[in-house]
Amino acid sequence: MEIVKKQTSGDRLYRIFIYLVLSLLAISIIVPVAWVFLASVKENSEFYGNPWTLPAGFHWQNFVDAWNKASMGSYMLNSVIVTALALAILLVVALPAAYCLSRFRFRFRKFLNLCFMGGLFINVNYIVVPIFLMLRDGDTWLKNTFGGSFLLNNIVVLAIVYAATALPFTIYLLSGYFATLPHDFEEAAYIDGAGYGKTMTKIIFPMAQPSIITIILFNFLSFWNEYIISLTLLSSANGPRTLPVGLLNLMQAQQSAAQYGIMYAGLVMVMLPTLILYICVQKKLTQGMTVGGLKG
Amino acid sequence: MRTNRRRSGFIALCVAPATILFFIFMILPTINVFRMSLFQRGAYSPTETFVGMGNFTALMKDTNFIRSMQNTILLVVVVTIITFALALIFANILTREKLVGQNFFRVVFYIPNILSVVVISGIFSAIYKPENGMLNSIIGLFRDMTNPILWKGESLVMVSLIIAMVWQAIGYYMVMYMASMAAVPNSLYESSALDGAGRWTQFFQITLPLIWTNIRTTLTFFIISTINMAFLFVKAMTSGGPNGASEVALSYMYGQKDAGLYGYSMAIGVVIFLFSFLLSALVNKVTKREPLEF
Repeated sequence: MEIVKKQTSGDRLYRIFIYLVLSLLAISIIVPVAWVFLASVKENSEFYGNPWTLPAGFHWQNFVDAWNKASMGSYMLNSVIVTALALAILLVVALPAAYCLSRFRFRFRKFLNLCFMGGLFINVNYIVVPIFLMLRDGDTWLKNTFGGSFLLNNIVVLAIVYAATALPFTIYLLSGYFATLPHDFEEAAYIDGAGYGKTMTKIIFPMAQPSIITIILFNFLSFWNEYIISLTLLSSANGPRTLPVGLLNLMQAQQSAAQYGIMYAGLVMVMLPTLILYICVQKKLTQGMTVGGLKG
Repeated sequence: MRTNRRRSGFIALCVAPATILFFIFMILPTINVFRMSLFQRGAYSPTETFVGMGNFTALMKDTNFIRSMQNTILLVVVVTIITFALALIFANILTREKLVGQNFFRVVFYIPNILSVVVISGIFSAIYKPENGMLNSIIGLFRDMTNPILWKGESLVMVSLIIAMVWQAIGYYMVMYMASMAAVPNSLYESSALDGAGRWTQFFQITLPLIWTNIRTTLTFFIISTINMAFLFVKAMTSGGPNGASEVALSYMYGQKDAGLYGYSMAIGVVIFLFSFLLSALVNKVTKREPLEF
């Protein structure tokens, strides 16, 4: 039965108020983001007057300058490599581990599960200093014994660190999914003569596709946006950098050089890939979040 | 027997890489945080001298550290309260009321969560800029702006940080609570409406108790992540300035590492570790309720 509510004037006022508040919050998000996009095509002289004027023309030179002069182009390439590599390592390592930890009974299983769960509480930024020192000591040792070092200022090592620190959350999320599957799938596959490895890769992993996509989405965002580890492990002045760190340098340089246009062009370069991804998979992302439960 | 060995071999092969990576890059550094906090180590030589609790006693006398802890606590408390209150209220409105553009609001509110903190601090620099920044130009419509408001000045910097952090976090938690609120059966609201319960009564008597378990777990994680997010924001937005007014515990730790005081830096790390554990245990205890079924 439908309950018919009378629209009282207080009710209408309440609704107007709600719209007002919601719109205000929406505006506070859309306007600054849109402002940055507009600012990225403004000429430097346009930044000294009223901030709300529209750009006089499309000054694409900002992007060209950011890409070449501020090396954002090569940083972009580094970021793409680091993110892709870290995702690949993470999937190759985490998928089999989560599968075994959730579906086989063996010694140390409880202990390992407990360790990975505990890992959820270890924040990477708490341990970035010891990771840095460990790699630096490793470099010193390598230099003394072999005459060369490769641990710091290396984007491959950075990708490995990213993958390793994303393991607890990824295994937690995947295990949760694997645990819900009935055991009949494996038994049927074993009877048909498939080995353990084949059953895992051919039967189980394809079924886990939705969770895998969720994992790729979340970790893509966190790897692409990360800057503290990258700043610490890629610290050499002439060494490689990732996009957010390059942007951070650009923002700090801007304070003295006042090259606003280039800075906002850099800002657009960092956020555009994530925004495009978000628009494409917006539904999946907000749904996947509730599947996964939590992420700090 | 043969199949049994193959089974163990398979398991070992699957679990070993993850365990090794996890051990090297997470367990070992965590142990090292605690171990190194008891030592003094020079900036460029790996030699360590044992100083026992020396680093910690020095820490207790360090006024900069105490201020950074105060700032951390302030941010954790204020950001958590504002974010959770607003996220819950907005989520409730968007699930309970039939509004035009519901999905639009949901999509927009989530955007800050996908942006890098570096990008967000860039956006907020444009908002907070004293001369012709977005915020001051709007306020300038209502009052005289001959001496502009310094949003990143010593007195307002924490407020500015809080605004930016709430702006970033609110959408994520809202979307999360919308999902759990949508699971609450509508019949409960209908019958309570017949009994004369208004919106606020429904919110406090039905919605909140029924999703309490979810709120509780997210609250614990939020506190841990706020300690960390505070660091990300401070490092990118203010670098702890002006004059250390916005320094938080983790950024102070990072600063000591840059100064080469590794042992001291790790003593700060230990304090933060313990602090976050105690705080989440406390929150867990305080928020304990009998779980309700529906």
